[in-house]
Amino acid sequence: MNVVAKTETGRALDDAFAVARDRLPGKGKIADQRRKAFEAYERLGLPHRRIEDWKYTDLRALMREVLPLAPGPDAAALNRAAAAVKLRAIDGVRRLVLVDGAFAPDLSDLGNLEKGLSIRPLREVLDAGDDGALSAQAFATDTSNPMLALNGAMATDGVVVDVANGTMLTQPLHIVHVASSVTPAAMFTRSLLRLGRDTGVTLVESYLAGEGAKAYQTHDGLIVAIGDNARLDHVRLVEDSIEAFNISSATVSLGAYSHFNTFGLTSGGHVSRYQLTVTCAGEGSNVETNGVNLINGKQHADTTLFMDHAVPHCASREIFRAVVDDRAHSVFQGRIIVRPDAQKTDAKMMTRALLLSDDAEADNKPELEIFADDVTCGHGATTGALDESLLFYMRARGLPEKEAQALLIQAFVGEAIETIASDALREVAIATAQRWLQARA
Amino acid sequence: MSLLEVKDLQVRVEEREILHGLSLTVNPGEVHAIMGPNGSGKSTLSHVIAGKPGYEVTGGQILFKGEDLLEMAPNERAAKGVFLAFQYPVEIPGVTTWNFLHAALNAQRKARGEEEISSPAFLKKVREVAKSLNIPQDMLKRGVNVGFSGGEKKRNEILQMALFEPAVCILDEMDSGLDIDALRIAADGVNALRSPERAMVVITHYQRLLNYIVPDVVHVMSKGRVVKSGGKELALELEESGYAQFEDAA
Repeated sequence: MNVVAKTETGRALDDAFAVARDRLPGKGKIADQRRKAFEAYERLGLPHRRIEDWKYTDLRALMREVLPLAPGPDAAALNRAAAAVKLRAIDGVRRLVLVDGAFAPDLSDLGNLEKGLSIRPLREVLDAGDDGALSAQAFATDTSNPMLALNGAMATDGVVVDVANGTMLTQPLHIVHVASSVTPAAMFTRSLLRLGRDTGVTLVESYLAGEGAKAYQTHDGLIVAIGDNARLDHVRLVEDSIEAFNISSATVSLGAYSHFNTFGLTSGGHVSRYQLTVTCAGEGSNVETNGVNLINGKQHADTTLFMDHAVPHCASREIFRAVVDDRAHSVFQGRIIVRPDAQKTDAKMMTRALLLSDDAEADNKPELEIFADDVTCGHGATTGALDESLLFYMRARGLPEKEAQALLIQAFVGEAIETIASDALREVAIATAQRWLQARA
Repeated sequence: MSLLEVKDLQVRVEEREILHGLSLTVNPGEVHAIMGPNGSGKSTLSHVIAGKPGYEVTGGQILFKGEDLLEMAPNERAAKGVFLAFQYPVEIPGVTTWNFLHAALNAQRKARGEEEISSPAFLKKVREVAKSLNIPQDMLKRGVNVGFSGGEKKRNEILQMALFEPAVCILDEMDSGLDIDALRIAADGVNALRSPERAMVVITHYQRLLNYIVPDVVHVMSKGRVVKSGGKELALELEESGYAQFEDAA
């Protein structure tokens, strides 16, 4: 029997919410929703291994507690953040920087917005009052994922991006999440991206640590609505501090004949969990979700995908690659749901894991739940080590072992990285992977 | 000083001894042929010289220019100038031939304390060699050996040999899986690399290859030993009489 007794940690968080409430923007309905979200979180608490979706990522064991809210960044923190941002700057993007859970206007580029593009800090939007869509879209309580509920309750800031019908953005948007607080703290951000009809947007997200920021917790939520006949390209790079926790989720809905291409690469963080929920809500929509984990030491990286085919004639493809060294633990859970009406769905998922040490662990859990009868669905999963015969061939040609391994690892993750549509962003992802490989050599 | 000296080599795989005291001395400029029936230990010898894991050397030594080869990692051996042309070259999907060769050549140069070769200089060099071996440019852009025919794979081995300019080349069953035209192209490539400084060890079942790559010395291996050595005429003799006579001698 489950006894609902509040743990020490639970009480601490309870107090934290009470204290934080005054710092949380949003009145009226939004404040109500935050309270409900917090209650939903409280009922479930930190997810643990007896909850099926969290079987491999037991936050009670791994994270143990939710840290108090990070203080707003001071000048020194912003300087450290600026240095970190500069180090990972991407050319030609519009940068939007969140530091310790607060939008940093001085580090962000809000000048010369293209026609049809609106970008506002979430705090500002909430302070201005609920426009109805905010409470309905951005803060709708999700009771199925306690961490997303907690994020809704606690989010201090984020960005709200609106792209008007018919707008094709040529400049990618780059949301940079930087942790800069040197004392261990938690930050909660939530961003909203609304793409109108016939729009095209590229969004990059990076997670970084400023100098001295180590054992922090990033809790991020991204809510995306893609309009009819629109396209979103999304690249997500997690390069958090090696002691950090990154508990994030994204919820994406697609309109008719729209296209969502997303690629995630996790090489940083001590424990990370990225839960992506994608719903094909409009007929003829197309989804590509691809990802790579490159982890070593005692890292734990979990990507959990819910691909929901709600309507007919939609297609989804998943390619996931994990490279796991030392005692690291990679998790990929991919659930494809095909609703009774979603005839002619075409859904495929392929996950492969490469184990570089005897103590490395990879858990692949593909699940298909199909309620329609005229569909094409498939999944495959493999786990293995580097091929010794290939390694010997390469070494016999003069390549040292680590270099030979690096070439094979690059080839292994290449198939997922190649799915990135933009040449420039593909190069950014390759460079990120190479940093990991070089650190290993 | 001889280039390659194998002295009383004893090798085990798991619990079974494959080579029982094999000796072989190869001098610069010489081409040696090693012939013998299946299971005589020819490929084991080539693998041990190149440093393939899984073999246990229980006795004897291999010296390369007087240095103990068995103490070196496979990549160190390659950088020193030991090259093994594989009987079955592997396919490496996702790693382009071009990229692989450039990385390997630079790794060897780095190990020798030489300057790395730039992309344009490498491109020029590899194009010249590829042309001389009748290897189309687009093969260099594909994954290493991926989708190559048997002949193309062997030519790719010779391309690498030409590129790395090793001191000693071990050719393991170069003729297996090749038709007569492919064999001739491959052999021409090998002959072009013969020089007074470079030695070759050609491992083969059949005399046929030796019509194209004419050896200075022929060794017959049987049951893990060299049982007879002689001039190129020994190969013809074998073609007539077969290996059976040596099975008893071993």
